[in-house]
Amino acid sequence: MERKGFFGRLKEGLSKTRKNITEKMDQLFKYHNEVDDELLDELEELLILADVGVSTTTKLMDKIRERVKAERIREAQKVRHVLKEEIIAILGEQEEFNPRYPAVFLVVGVNGVGKTTTIGKLAHMYQKQGKRVLMAAGDTFRAAAIEQLEIWANRVGCQIVRHTEGSDAAAVVFDAVQAAKSRGIDVLICDTAGRLHTKKNLMNELEKINRIIDREYPEAHKEVFLVLDATTGQNAVSQAKMFKEKVDVTGIILTKLDGTAKGGIIIAIKSELGIPIRFIGVGEGLDDLQRFDAQAFVDALFDEV
Amino acid sequence: MAFEGLTGKLQAALKKLTGKGKLSEKDVKEAMREVRLALLEADVNFVVVKDLVKKITERAVGQEIMQSLTPGQQVIKIVNEELTALMGGTQSKVNMAPNPPTVIMMVGLQGSGKTTTAGKLAGYFKKQGKNPMLVACDIYRPAAIKQLQVVGQKVGVPVFERGQKDPVQIASEALEFARKEQRDIVIIDTAGRLHINEELMEELSKLKSQVKPHEILLVVDAMTGQDAVNVAKSFDERLGLDGVILTKLDGDTRGGAALSIKAVTGKPIKFIGTGEKLEDLEPFHPDRMASRILGMGDILTLIEKAQASIDEKKAQELERKLREQQFTLEDFLDQLQQLKNMGSLTDIIGMLPGVDVQKLSAAGALNEKELVKAEAIIQSMTPEERRNPSIINASRKKRIAAGSGTTIQDVNRLLKSFEQFRKMMKQVSSIEKAMKRGRFRFPFL
Ligand SMILES: Nc1nc2c(ncn2[C@@H]2O[C@H](COP(=O)(O)OP(=O)(O)OP(=O)(O)O)[C@@H](O)[C@H]2O)c(=O)[nH]1
Ligand SMILES: [Mg+2]
Repeated sequence: MERKGFFGRLKEGLSKTRKNITEKMDQLFKYHNEVDDELLDELEELLILADVGVSTTTKLMDKIRERVKAERIREAQKVRHVLKEEIIAILGEQEEFNPRYPAVFLVVGVNGVGKTTTIGKLAHMYQKQGKRVLMAAGDTFRAAAIEQLEIWANRVGCQIVRHTEGSDAAAVVFDAVQAAKSRGIDVLICDTAGRLHTKKNLMNELEKINRIIDREYPEAHKEVFLVLDATTGQNAVSQAKMFKEKVDVTGIILTKLDGTAKGGIIIAIKSELGIPIRFIGVGEGLDDLQRFDAQAFVDALFDEV
Repeated sequence: MAFEGLTGKLQAALKKLTGKGKLSEKDVKEAMREVRLALLEADVNFVVVKDLVKKITERAVGQEIMQSLTPGQQVIKIVNEELTALMGGTQSKVNMAPNPPTVIMMVGLQGSGKTTTAGKLAGYFKKQGKNPMLVACDIYRPAAIKQLQVVGQKVGVPVFERGQKDPVQIASEALEFARKEQRDIVIIDTAGRLHINEELMEELSKLKSQVKPHEILLVVDAMTGQDAVNVAKSFDERLGLDGVILTKLDGDTRGGAALSIKAVTGKPIKFIGTGEKLEDLEPFHPDRMASRILGMGDILTLIEKAQASIDEKKAQELERKLREQQFTLEDFLDQLQQLKNMGSLTDIIGMLPGVDVQKLSAAGALNEKELVKAEAIIQSMTPEERRNPSIINASRKKRIAAGSGTTIQDVNRLLKSFEQFRKMMKQVSSIEKAMKRGRFRFPFL
C-alpha cells in the first residue's frame, strides 16, 4: 500500500515535469510577481532538470541572489533575464570559429554520442563552402563503423581514407595525413572509435593518434572536437575532463538537441574546464549541424525559441 | 572522476549523528541534504529525489537507534533499503513464450547501444542452449544492418535482413522464417529514435501489433541525465515495456537513470551492459545499483570480479586471510599479479567504498608503473620480510633497494601503500561480512 502511494505521488510529480519548461516558466512568472524564495527554488529546479548539475546550479543561484539584493530586483521577470545573462557570461560571447587551412579535426567521444554522423555533417558544411574535404576512417574497432563513414562520404561526395576492420587506427590517420598533404586537402576529419574515458589503454591509443597528427602535420590547424550527447547527465563532466587531459580537447560538439534533453551540462563543463562549444547537432540529416550560439542555446533552455 | 568526494561528504554528514539515542528531525534533515546531493549528482531525476528524500526523512525521524547500529549507520541502512526496494527487490527474467519462438523487441534512443546489446543477448541465449536469431529492422542508420551482421557472426547467430524494406514487413517475414527454421528466440533490432518523433514511434507501434513480441526491452545509456524519465515514460506509454537494459555501466557513471526509470515506469531492469565485448552482459542486481548510485562502492561486484579472475582455491585462502587480517606482502605480490587480470587498477579500486581514487592516484599508489616497481621490490625481499614487514629496518631497506634496482624512498613508498591496501581490504572484508549478516556496518562511522 505504502509503495503504491509512493509511485502514485511520483507519477503525478513527473507528469508535472513533463510539461515543458515554457509552461513552467510561464506559470512561475504568473504566480510570482515578486521575487521570493519559492521563485528562486523553482528556478533552481529548472536548472537541475536541464542537467546543469548541482554545483553549477548552486553557483548560478548564489549569483542571482546576490544580484537580486544588490540591484534591488523586485520583478520576477527581471530575474529570468539576470539568470540568462549569467549563463551567457559563463558560455562566453560568441566568437566565430574559423579554422585556418589546411585544418585537421580529430573527433573523439564515448560510444554512440554521434561522432560519425557529426563528421558527415561537418564534411558537408565545409564542402559546401568550397573546401576540399577528406575523411579518415579511424574507427577500426566497431563493427561496420568503416562502412558507416563511407556511406556518409558518398552522401557528401568527399574523399575517404580507410583500412580494414581491426587494423591500426593510428596507421589510418597517418596515411590520411599524407594523403591530405599530397592531394591539397583543406579539411581532414578523423573519425575515432567510441571509447569510455575511463579505459586507460583506449585513451592511450587516442593520445597516440593525436601525437601522430602533431608530428606529421605540424603546419596544419588542428582541432580536437569532443562530441557530447545532450541526453547525458553529470557524467559528461568526467568525460570532458579525461578527454581534455589526454588529447587536449579544443572544442565541444553537442548532439541530439532535437530531443527533449537540454544539454545543460555544457554550462558546467564550460565553467569548470573552459572548453568552448563549437557546434550543435539537431537531427540525423546532412544539414542538421549548426554553429553554437550561446544566446540561442540559453533561449532554448527556457524554451523560448 | 567527478564524484569521488561524494562518499566522503555523505560519511561526514552522517558522522555528526554518532552518539545520539534518537534521530531528531534536524539531524536527519542535515544528513538528507547530502543524500539529496548525492542522488542528484548521480543523475537521479529531480522529482524522484524529492519524493525519495521526503519518504526517507519520514521514516528516519524519531527512530530509536538500534543497539547494533550508530545513528549514521541507521540512516544509511534506511536510504539503502529504500533505494533497493524502489529498484525492484529481485532481478527478473525474460518472458518466454509458451509456444516458441519467443519474440524480443529492442527499442531506444539513438546511440543507446541496441545493436550491440541485441548481439549480446543472442550470445547469452545461445550459451544457454537456445537457438536464437537476429532481425535487422534498423533500415535508417548507415551500415546498421552490416553492423548487426558482423555482431551476429561473432556470436554465431544468424541475422535475418531484407535491406531497407519496411521494418514491419521484414519482421513478419522473419517470424515466418524463424518458425520454419525452428528458431526459438527472435531478437528484433530496431532503429534508434527520439521519443518525440511521432512518425517513428508509430512505426514501433505497428511493429508491435504485427509481431506481438513477448518482451519489449528499452535500451538506455547509463549516463543519461534528467531526461531519462521523459524517454522511458514515452516509450512505455506508447508500447508497454516489459523491461529495461542499462548499457555502458563499465564507465564511471553513477547510473541514477536506473532509479528514475524504475520509478516512473515500474518496469524492471533486466540486464546491464558492462563492456564492448559481446559477453559483457550481466544480470541486474538492485542492491549493487543502489550502492553505486549513492557512491558507496560496488563491493559485491568487486568480490565477484576478484573471484572470477583469481582461481578458486587462492580466492578462498585470500578471503580467510582478509578476515583474519593476516594479509602479508607475499599475498600483496600475488594480488598485484592477479590484479593485472582484473582490468585497470583504478577501475577496481574505484569500486571500494570510501576510497578517494583521485587522492590515491595523486599519491602515486595507482600508477601502473609503480606496480611493476612494487613487484620488483617485493621479489627482492626475503620470505621472512614479506610475512612480517615490521622487521624491515634501514639496512634491510638498503639491501632491498639495491636488489630491485630501486631507491630506499621507493621501498618506503611501497611499504606505505601496502599499509593503505591492507586498510582498504579490511574495509572490504568487514562490509562484506556485515552484508552477509544482513546488516550494513560502515567502519568509518
Ligand atoms: N536525433 C539525433 N540523432 C543523432 C544526432 N547525431 C547523431 N545521431 C544518431 O545517433 C546514433 C549514433 O550516431 P553515430 O554517429 O553512429 O555515433 P558514434 O559516436 O559515431 O558511435 P560509435 O562510433 O558507435 O561510438 C545514430 O543513430 C545517429 O543517427 C543528432 O544530432 N540528433
Ligand atoms: Mg562512429
